[in-house]
Amino acid sequence: MPEVLKAPLVVEFPFTRSLGPVQSAFLTGLRERVVFGVRTGDGRVLVPPVEYDPVTSEELSELVEVAATGTVTTWAWNHEPRRGQPLDRPFAWVLVRLDGADTALLHALDAPGGPDSVHTGMRVRVRWAAERSGGITDLACFEPHDDGISELTGSDGRFEDLVTGIVVPARLDYTYSPGRAQTAYIQALAERRVVGERCPSCRKVYVPPRGACPTCGVATSERVEVGPRGTVTTYCIVNIKAKNLDIEVPYVYAHIALDGADLALHGRIGGIPYDQVRMGLRVEPVWADGGGHPDHYRPTGEPDADYETYKELV
Amino acid sequence: MQRPAPRSAPGPLRDIAVVAFAQTDHRRTSDELSEVEMLMPVLHQVLAQTGLKTSDIGFTCSGSTDYLAGRAFSFTMALDGVGAWPPISESHVEMDGAWALYEAWTKLLTGDADTALVYAYGKSSPGSIRDVLTRQLDPYYVAPLWPDSVALAALQAQALIDAGDTDEPALAAVATRSRTAATDNSHAQLRGSVPRGEYAVRPLRTGDCPPIGDGAAAVILAAGERARELCERPAWIRGIDHRIEAHGLGVRDLTDSPSTRLAAERAGLFERPVDTAELHAPFSSQEVVLRKALRLGDGVDVNPSGGALAANPVMAAGLIRIGEAADRIRRGHSDRALAHATSGPCLQQNLVAVLEGDPR
Ligand SMILES: [Zn+2]
Repeated sequence: MPEVLKAPLVVEFPFTRSLGPVQSAFLTGLRERVVFGVRTGDGRVLVPPVEYDPVTSEELSELVEVAATGTVTTWAWNHEPRRGQPLDRPFAWVLVRLDGADTALLHALDAPGGPDSVHTGMRVRVRWAAERSGGITDLACFEPHDDGISELTGSDGRFEDLVTGIVVPARLDYTYSPGRAQTAYIQALAERRVVGERCPSCRKVYVPPRGACPTCGVATSERVEVGPRGTVTTYCIVNIKAKNLDIEVPYVYAHIALDGADLALHGRIGGIPYDQVRMGLRVEPVWADGGGHPDHYRPTGEPDADYETYKELV
Repeated sequence: MQRPAPRSAPGPLRDIAVVAFAQTDHRRTSDELSEVEMLMPVLHQVLAQTGLKTSDIGFTCSGSTDYLAGRAFSFTMALDGVGAWPPISESHVEMDGAWALYEAWTKLLTGDADTALVYAYGKSSPGSIRDVLTRQLDPYYVAPLWPDSVALAALQAQALIDAGDTDEPALAAVATRSRTAATDNSHAQLRGSVPRGEYAVRPLRTGDCPPIGDGAAAVILAAGERARELCERPAWIRGIDHRIEAHGLGVRDLTDSPSTRLAAERAGLFERPVDTAELHAPFSSQEVVLRKALRLGDGVDVNPSGGALAANPVMAAGLIRIGEAADRIRRGHSDRALAHATSGPCLQQNLVAVLEGDPR
């Protein structure tokens, strides 16, 4: 069996999120170097603040400023920082209960003294990022601090120019492999051949093959070459030009049943005026340079296929 | 904290049992196989165990996540493996398959179906699972910091050590016991003697962490007499419940798992002792938390399969705990067993099922 194909797959997405009033005040506060918590019905102060009480689900809105100093409630030494984490040298993950708060905030602790300098109960303070825009990373990290409780700024949380949303970029890296069946399909395309797989149970030929018969739920493995000619089973006329696509509109996009296949695949029809494409039209692939799927299909000049021969595939 | 008063679990409306279970061999990579190619053998095995055909199944439910594959709607491709044409009654949870089993159990309770096929799969090998799992965290305050799954478990482990609930040698003993038990489990990925290793994120060493791997599992549920027809000794689900805690890690007491305890209470766990417990504790430290929350004594055989420290196919590992517990009952090695599944960081969400065999 030829080796399965593999390729890097990068998934990158900027998540744009709107903030509720409490989150908005908290993140605006970080931009202005003030930390806010929110007071619950039973008088506790939650930092970071949330908009609903995690115990009673009561809506919360009373902002309370807390100090920029606090106590480590638990920690873990991260000797190999990973992409995106707050510091690029070894650091401690910490949960810190800021002075005036009843709950702890997760962040990084810059501890140049190494893991032996960190312990639960140690005192720390906020180190602010030099440039702040209203996000949890405006708090660059914590650092050790032995000089008591920092003074409050006295802010009431009413800022001009509130941060009302955040954009959180994310990137994940994968090595994608399509598996055995689709590898064979893609490799055949490179040789300008189309292969499907036959179901051992219902005998239908699926193209592109995915390794299983969706009707019988059994593995397919008998490879079958199909086409290259086929029949248009149905089609539509595209009148809207897609971005970055240099195909003139209108053009025809069709379902094409390749000879010997029991499932139609998609393709563009060329070489014939768009308003002359019809069900039953016999077509053949026109291959693009450099492998991959056919660029489009064009009429073969044969008589149209009889409806009875493809009606099951419409 | 307000808590509902404890009460015993209400009797289920119908008796529902696990009647078949299969799992793949769990391996570091399976890149020659697509998800459906990896999954299909276990689907065929559970069907063969019961003699059912796909068309006989009343309800199908699956658990998986797009973030492992990096592709949207990836579960639809796996549906080819169950033969979804003509249309079947089907559902999916973006969760561990244990939660898919909960949905299927609910469906069977309604009487709409007598049998259900539940499956779950996860291929962690294409991506970096430690980074992938950060995407399930609070997107405002936590995910932008990219704290990986091992780091969060390590915070919990340190909290346990500070509280005097465990220490590093005790954690190593949990890992050793699990992987020794897994010597009898041909599907497990890490078996026998495994070194404690270096610190991954201190205080957790690589030996305290689960193996990263690919795998799949499937279960068939059946109601009432149908279960007895399909299986000699069905594993009856006497109770099942799942609960969640506050998502803020700093709001929670990481040394305890009140959600597990409440789910166990509602599942009827504390009414009578169990002889077996399959716990979904991917990190050695989490077993310490769960044993305490579930009040498991030394007489209980914990993770005879080796548990998640021996094989942790993400999204299937919880369903496998139910399947392993059920298999112990079906083979007559257990009369009353507990199965637990978890999801999210530091045991955020927990599901508990209590399974029993007919009296002997
Ligand atoms: Zn078939």
